[in-house]
Formats: sequence, structure tokens, C-alpha cells
Amino acid sequence: MMYSPAIIAEAVVNGLMTGAIYALIALGLTLVYGVLHIINFAHGALLTAAMFAVWAVHVAFGLDPYLAILPLTPLFFGLGYAVQRFVIGPASHGSDSNILLVTLGLSIAIENALLAGFRSDTRSLNTDYGFQVVELGPLLLSKPRLIGFGAAVLVTVLLWLLLSRTDTGKAIRAVAKEKLGASLVGIDVAHVYAVTFGLGCACLAVAACLLMPTFYVNPRIGQAFVLVAFTIVVLGGMGSIPGALLGGLFIGVVESLCGLFLGDSLGQIGIFLIFILVLLVRPTGMFGAKA
Amino acid sequence: MTFRDIVPIIAVIALLAFVPVFVTANTVLNFLVFTLIIALTAQGWNILGGFGGQFSFGHAAFFGTGAYAAALLQVRLGINPWIAFAIGAMAGAAVGWMIGYLSFRSGLRGSYFALVTLAFAEVLRILANAATFTGGAAGVLIKLHVRPENFQFESRSAFFWIALALVGAVLVLTRWIERSRFGAQLVAVRENEAAAKALGVDTLRVKLGAITLSGAVTAAAGCLYAQYFLYVDANIAYGTWISVEAILAPIIGGLGTVFGPLVGAVALHGLGEVTKLAAGSVPGIDLMVFGVLLVVAVGFAPDGILGLLRRLRRSAQLSGAPRHA
Repeated sequence: MMYSPAIIAEAVVNGLMTGAIYALIALGLTLVYGVLHIINFAHGALLTAAMFAVWAVHVAFGLDPYLAILPLTPLFFGLGYAVQRFVIGPASHGSDSNILLVTLGLSIAIENALLAGFRSDTRSLNTDYGFQVVELGPLLLSKPRLIGFGAAVLVTVLLWLLLSRTDTGKAIRAVAKEKLGASLVGIDVAHVYAVTFGLGCACLAVAACLLMPTFYVNPRIGQAFVLVAFTIVVLGGMGSIPGALLGGLFIGVVESLCGLFLGDSLGQIGIFLIFILVLLVRPTGMFGAKA
Repeated sequence: MTFRDIVPIIAVIALLAFVPVFVTANTVLNFLVFTLIIALTAQGWNILGGFGGQFSFGHAAFFGTGAYAAALLQVRLGINPWIAFAIGAMAGAAVGWMIGYLSFRSGLRGSYFALVTLAFAEVLRILANAATFTGGAAGVLIKLHVRPENFQFESRSAFFWIALALVGAVLVLTRWIERSRFGAQLVAVRENEAAAKALGVDTLRVKLGAITLSGAVTAAAGCLYAQYFLYVDANIAYGTWISVEAILAPIIGGLGTVFGPLVGAVALHGLGEVTKLAAGSVPGIDLMVFGVLLVVAVGFAPDGILGLLRRLRRSAQLSGAPRHA
């Protein structure tokens, strides 16, 4: 099969744009892993919840999905903070396998609560810019996806600045490196854990707002994203922020090209094969420092 | 293992075997057969997860392999369903060994092992959904031909007894594991892998043995599912729902115990039916309760229902005696 370079180029660019949103989702996951050393299985369900929130504020108040970033980001930060502080932290007694199970339980509960509340219908938003395109040389690019790309990269940079330049960021990095030492110098570890989890959820809220103009939501949608996000996190190195961004872009392109060459039903298989391969061969990823 | 070890198992199975004598409603028998299939799936998970401490999040890989093997061997190749059943269980063992070999050789454990098993199950789901010989998204239909030699029966009770016999056999198998040298090594790996290795336990071999057995048992449950419902598709066979069921039942019932998965499956699905009755036709409400229960169980009852019962009995024995501070 031969494709013209223009089609391949378009697939690559489309992949990069999707990849940036993937990166944003993976960012929350990798941040939580880097600091709490846990894999948050509820990440996908929380993303679904955020997407439903975007849909709900649009239907109820006519709020534009991009403007919804302003109320939803702090809301999800607070939600994440509370979930870690009052549910995951106390219920897991500090054991890794318990955290795995608690977040799995959370994800089942959230996903099915949404199913009970919204039923299994697929919903999407109608915006007047949903189908607008931007001409870039020979390429036609979807405007909302281009905005999504820009915003996702911006959020990644902001998060990186937050971690490297602020006192909160310093505390987070201290806890990530040496929990005991951090608590000895007076850092409230439980608080930092909850802040980190909150930041991870805030990333999800932004991602949901950027996704909704071009995507749809149903109670199971998070599962599809979270597996991709796991792949990115493992590929980029658990806990690495630049790794999440580059990994996200890479996976976006891989998915797009696999979809082009193998068809939609097999398109995702490339991602999972990369996932398994990376886990088996180099579980520390491309940017991960420690095993 | 002595005869005394399996007396409680024989008693429980014998008691349960009388259920179809008193209950003849098809809906109830359907529920019971389904619950036993889930229990068998979970018993498989419990061998690896409960005794070995390796939490697989992708037991659908084995369940689905069993279900597809049972269905495809008879539909495509005309092999007798009973033989297909046996091959299906062996296929599950083979897939288990393969996934185990790849992941344990690479030293994956904890969250990494959970992730890699999840990914294997997803790959199999996508492949089964796309390939033509599996029937693609349309799935495989096993032709209705009710004859005992076809593993199809007039009455649902027959299926109930077969499922019960399999659950009973795995109860005995699990009791043997608990009493055997292999089981002791497996528990040692769970408690402290480095220490077990230092004491000369071949940890790779032990873990491989566990995942192979685990895969065979869960695949047998998949075969049974295909044979009972006479239909398999990728989202049923390799779907995440069954991986989750496999984890839930042992944890709710009692992780790493012989009866835990059976008790958990019965308790969960009994509760699920009650919730469905109470909530009417709202979808997902029973699973929502399961999710909350999982969080609560991990937080407050890490030894599950059996652990709670043990605690109750102990405090009943101790009542009256002065309490230690």
C-alpha cells in the first residue's frame, strides 16, 4: 500500500495534536507516580468524570468548554486533594498493593456511578468552532485540536515551572526524593501527597476541557485513554515530565500511523505492543533515572 | 495433605449439591451457575494473587483464551466439546506460562506486573475483535445441540453440578497448594521475595508454576462460560469486567485462603442481585457498590469476610477474659 506524502504528513500532524492531549493526561499520572510511587488506576474514571463535568456545565449554563477550564481546574484540584487525603491515604495503610486495589475500587465506583447517572449514551457538545479548520500550507488542521495542542504544551510548561520554581514544587520534589527526610525538615507529607494528587486531577480537568469540543463522552471513555496514558508514562519514564510530553507526542503519532496502515480496529495494537515491549525490556523508560 | 484437610470441602460441596433439588426456577439456577463460573475464575486468580502476591489485572487473558478455545475448536474444527474443554484449560495454562515467563524473567512485579498483564489482555481483546477466524466483532456462536456428549444439557441443574464439581476440585487443589512445599515457597515469595531467594527458593520457577496453574483454572472457567451461554465475543471473553471480577471475589472473601474466592463470589453477586432489586433498572449500580466495597475491604477488612468471621469467633472465645491494652 502506498500513501501520498501529504496523507502521511497529515496523519503525523494529527497524531501530534492528539498526542499533546494524551501527554496532558499522562502528565497527571506520571506526577502522581513520581511523588507517591503509586499507579493511579482511577485516573481514567476521573477523566471521564471531568469530561461529564464539561458537558454538564455546557448544557446547564451554556458555558464554553474552553472557559470551563477556569472553574473546573480548581474544582478537580480540590476533588483530587480530598480523594487522596481522605480515601486513598487512610484506606491503603501505606502498602503499594493496597493503593493499587483502592484506586481500582475507586475507578469501578466512579465509572459505574456515572453509568447509573448518565446511562451508557454517548454525548458530545455542539460548538460553532467544532468543525473549523486552519490551512497550514498543504495541510488542513482542525482548529479546536490545534488549540488543544497549544494549550497542552502550555500546561506542561506551567507545571514544570511550578515544580522547579515554587516552594510548593520544592516540597513536592523533596517528598518524591526522600519522604522521611522531607518530613524531618517539617514538610507535611500527607498534605504534599494530596496536593500532588490534586495537581494530577487538575491536569485531567484541563485535558477534558480541551477534548470535549472535538470528542464525545460516555461512562467507559476513560478506559481507552488511561491505557494509552499508562503506555506514555512507562515509555517516558515513570515520574518524568518531559518524558510524558515526548512520550505522548510519540504515541499520538504511532496511533495515527497504525490507524492509517492497519485500519481503526487494529490501530491501537501498536500502542500496546510498545507498552509490553518497554515494560519487558526497559521498564525505566527513555527518561527514567532509577529502577 | 491428609483426608481431614478436605473434609470441610467435601461437606460444603455436598451441601451445595442439594440446592437444585429445592430450587428449580431457571433464573435462580442461572444466577447460581454464573456465580460459580465467577468463583472458578477468582479461584484461579487467588492462586497467583492470593498465595503468590502477584496481582494480575489481566486475568481476562486466560478466561478469554479458554472461552475462545472451547468455542472455536468445536465450531471451526468439529472437535468434541469435552475435549475442547480440556484443550481450552491447557491453552490457558500455556498462555499463563508465556505471560509469566516474559514478565517474571524481566523482573516485573507489583504495579508493573499489574500493568503488563492488563496490556496482554488488551492485546488479545483487540486481536480477537479484529481477526476473521474468531468471528471478529460478531463473535462465535456455538450451535445449540442438546446432548450430554456435546456438553449441552436439558436442565440447568446438570450445568450447576458440573460447575460445582470444578469449583470443588479447585478447592482441593488450593488446599493441596496450602499444605505443600510448593505452596510454602509461594507464600514465602509473597511475603519477602528477596529473603525467599536467599533461602534457596527458585522464585522464578515457583511464580511460573503459580501463574500456569492460575491460567489453567481461569481458562476452565472461560470454557464453562462459553459452553453455558453458547456465545463468545471479544468484549465478553477478553473484557476488563472479568479481570475485575477475578480480583474482587478473593479480596472480598479472603485473600490467599481456600474458600475466599467462593465466599466472595457468592457474597458479591448475592449483594449485586439485592441491589439490582432495590435500585430497579438503573445500570451499573451493583458494580458501583462492588467498587465501594473493594475500597472499604482494603481499608478496614484486609482479610475479607473469612477474616471478619475469624475475628468474631476469636472475640467470642475471648469474651469475659481480660483484654490486653
